[in-house]
Amino acid sequence: MEAKVLNGGAISKEAQAAMIRKERTANNAWHKFSRNKSALVGLVIVCLMLFIGILAPVVSPYDPNALDVTATYLPPLSEGHLLGTDDLGRDLLSRLIYGARMSIVVALGATVLGGAIGILLGLISGYAGGVVDAIIMRVMDGMFAFPFILLSILLVTILGSGVFNVILAIGIGTVPGFARVVRSKVMVTKNEEFCNAERVLGASPLRIMFSHVLPNTVSEVVVYATLNIGSAIISEASLSFLGLGILIPTPSWGNILRGGRGCLTTAPHLALFSGLLIFIAVIGFNLVGDGIRDVMDPKMKK
Amino acid sequence: MDDLILEVKDLKTYFFLASGTAKAVDGVSFQLHKGETLGVVGESGSGKSVMSKCVIRLLEKVGRIVDGEIRFEGKDVLSFSEKELRSYRGQDVSMIFQDPMTSLDPVFRVGDQMMENLRIHRGMDKAEAKEVAIQALRSVGIPNPEARFEAYPFELSGGMCQRVIIAMALCCNAKVIIADEPTTALDVTVQAQVLRLLKNLQKENQMALMLITHNLGVVWDMCDTVMVMYAGKIVEKAPVKSLYSNPLHPYTWGLLDSTPSLAGEHKSELKTIAGTPPDLRLTGTCCNFYNRCPYAQPICTQCVPELVELEPGHLVACHRQTEQVHLKRGEEKNGG
Amino acid sequence: MQKVILKRLLQLIPTLLIVVTLTFVATRVIPGDPVAALLGEQYDASKVDELKAELGLSGSIPQQFLDYLVGILHGDFGDSYYFKTSAMSMIQERLPNTLILSVTSLVIAIIIGMILGIVSAKHQSGTLDYVLTILSLFGVSAPVFWVAIMMVLLFSVTLGWLPSFGMASIAQDGFATFLRHLILPCACLSVIPMGTFTRITRSSMIEALGSDSIRALRARGVSERSVVWKHALKNALPPILTVIGMQFAGCFAGAVLTENIFAWPGMGTMISSAIENRDYALIQATVLVVALAFVVINLITDVLYMVINPKVALDAENGGM
Repeated sequence: MEAKVLNGGAISKEAQAAMIRKERTANNAWHKFSRNKSALVGLVIVCLMLFIGILAPVVSPYDPNALDVTATYLPPLSEGHLLGTDDLGRDLLSRLIYGARMSIVVALGATVLGGAIGILLGLISGYAGGVVDAIIMRVMDGMFAFPFILLSILLVTILGSGVFNVILAIGIGTVPGFARVVRSKVMVTKNEEFCNAERVLGASPLRIMFSHVLPNTVSEVVVYATLNIGSAIISEASLSFLGLGILIPTPSWGNILRGGRGCLTTAPHLALFSGLLIFIAVIGFNLVGDGIRDVMDPKMKK
Repeated sequence: MDDLILEVKDLKTYFFLASGTAKAVDGVSFQLHKGETLGVVGESGSGKSVMSKCVIRLLEKVGRIVDGEIRFEGKDVLSFSEKELRSYRGQDVSMIFQDPMTSLDPVFRVGDQMMENLRIHRGMDKAEAKEVAIQALRSVGIPNPEARFEAYPFELSGGMCQRVIIAMALCCNAKVIIADEPTTALDVTVQAQVLRLLKNLQKENQMALMLITHNLGVVWDMCDTVMVMYAGKIVEKAPVKSLYSNPLHPYTWGLLDSTPSLAGEHKSELKTIAGTPPDLRLTGTCCNFYNRCPYAQPICTQCVPELVELEPGHLVACHRQTEQVHLKRGEEKNGG
Repeated sequence: MQKVILKRLLQLIPTLLIVVTLTFVATRVIPGDPVAALLGEQYDASKVDELKAELGLSGSIPQQFLDYLVGILHGDFGDSYYFKTSAMSMIQERLPNTLILSVTSLVIAIIIGMILGIVSAKHQSGTLDYVLTILSLFGVSAPVFWVAIMMVLLFSVTLGWLPSFGMASIAQDGFATFLRHLILPCACLSVIPMGTFTRITRSSMIEALGSDSIRALRARGVSERSVVWKHALKNALPPILTVIGMQFAGCFAGAVLTENIFAWPGMGTMISSAIENRDYALIQATVLVVALAFVVINLITDVLYMVINPKVALDAENGGM
């Protein structure tokens, strides 16, 4: 056909290529995420927190447990103590930095632990269906019936305080949420064509489950996990605030706040800064989680 | 003509996307008269739905009418206030959408929705509205209208829902009905019934009907005039008979060839138009059809063909056809 | 619809059984012997059996579980180890106070949160929407105990406007005093649910407003007010209801911390003192009551769901749910 050999076309190849490039960048996940200003703010907060937490010994000016009875309840901007000191003269900034580390360890640990169990249960439940599904989901419903904090309180009371026990207590509390998220996605995915095709080709259920169905749940899991880290930070802080989670002298934002509560009139900075950090950290993770969700699920945004 | 109801002049509607500006409707003009049925055909993405949404000013946020004029009974629709717009929509112009199941609010009873309309547009009280609504349901052939009045939309079939929507248009004495592929989502047997109903009601009430479809058979049965749209532009506009007997645009030929015919005794192979429609972000500098047109010439890639009246009432936008006529006319001149 | 409700009720049985089992197991695996803890270091061996029987800790584990179940069915949730009174009567005494606090907070949160969410959705992508989105994010991210402490610091310690702790009774202190005591705890407790309701209402409304049926309503000339506040809202309501149901539980969690800070004599303070006293029976009973309440509230949400959207009931009847 002669139309094919026409040259001097108004729509040049370059224009088309340029547009395709533009479109690709516009649809690129990172590009979408980075256009979302609030998600970027969240990412900065999260990175900063990770950075400070990991490098706590390097960046903190004092040993968080170093006592100084001559300098108790110093207000912020005192000489040598940027954010002041607490009732035993410990440097607040150093304690908050180590508190960040504790928050990250507990929140990440709990999310990974709860996530691993929850994903596995959700996968089995959604894939197997029938009686197995019914049993697992009833148990999850039962766990869901406990207000999150009560479950954690109950578990910490049983297990005792300490980092690992707090991780366990909060982690177990997050299991039902993960299981539900994964299950509902698995139920949709397992009936899709490519899974049927695998089945026809004789792939074992285990293989289909782990190499085909599981990867499809990634976006849901990532979003849920990110948002969950935020609530895990609050849970840890709540437990420590109640005197159940991380116990003094180990610094944690929750127990610093607990300490600050007793001296609101004399040293309000203790409660102010520790709580503010919890607030900011949770906002950070929520912003990132929302940002990822908007990228993964374009329907939500517009 | 004095019975002119709706007039659209050089309408341009662009969608402002992150990756560029899509010219969804790019200079469309047409007129609609009392009792007339105008068919609009074209592939999906040709701008026919967007155009119909512009007429009732119900565009998505990313889309904007950048140029043109829409006049309803002489009034400038684009300058309507929010209040004028409300009485214009529904009361003057009724829209029938593709999927009847999603055109009714799923969480309210059919009757409640009909009564709300009657109260807004005709200021009726409850009892009166109910009576009129049930009457309308009966007139569109819904059996046992009293019971259907109390039903939720999901309890009705697709055909029933479409009848309910047509009944709503009737209730409000709409002067123009815009039907955007009103039967695509329905069963084949129901399609014919709904179309016949639409046709009959239009005749009875002297309404103007704009029928958007991609089914040329439907156009043949229902319409007086046809408009063929391609990539946001009208490429051919003609009375139905003239379009079928003497189609002028290569795209129309392609459309007619790719329409399956049951009546035809020779079972010819179904032809399709090779290639894909152009990206709407890149149109507007040449003939949009050049890349799929077997008759394209260098001129087709250089400037945009104008819509020219080649025969009485028959307009086409094609360089080749215009050329030929010019040639023909030139010959005549020379000969004479 | 009755059929579906009945089905949901039957589904409750295993859930409830699991809740009861979990609380039972949780309190049995506690390290340390509550009996030894109660009797002190030097105790009479003869008293051990007596106390064990009293606490429902004698006999084999299955036997204990059975006794526990039978007790619950009779409304006997065990006795507080510490106060030596029926846990149920203690809960009955404290429950109304918690309800006053949490229901008031929740109602405020629902009303304000939903209005903000609708307004936000109506002006999607506008400045107002942006501001509300950020505020609601702050709301859901706020640690309730910190908000409480900061409010005490500002309104009680610094400004001295409102009392920082305790609850007043309407009968003795008058309504004004009662209200003054209620304001701060209530404000704290409604922050998180308010943010949550704003967010879910916004996203649910945006989805509803973008639906074909809403477009069709607009095409029929229905007024914007009716489109938004009647049609879109009713369409958007089911997910919001689900979240409201879930926030009842969240509100109780918040109540534990809020009551603690404001010394509000509700179940929250009771449970924290029970934790300090290692009063497991009381913890167990409280947790159970709260979990039961949560299950019932979820059932109510489900039923409301079907009333609002009858199609859900139809789907459920056809085995969709």
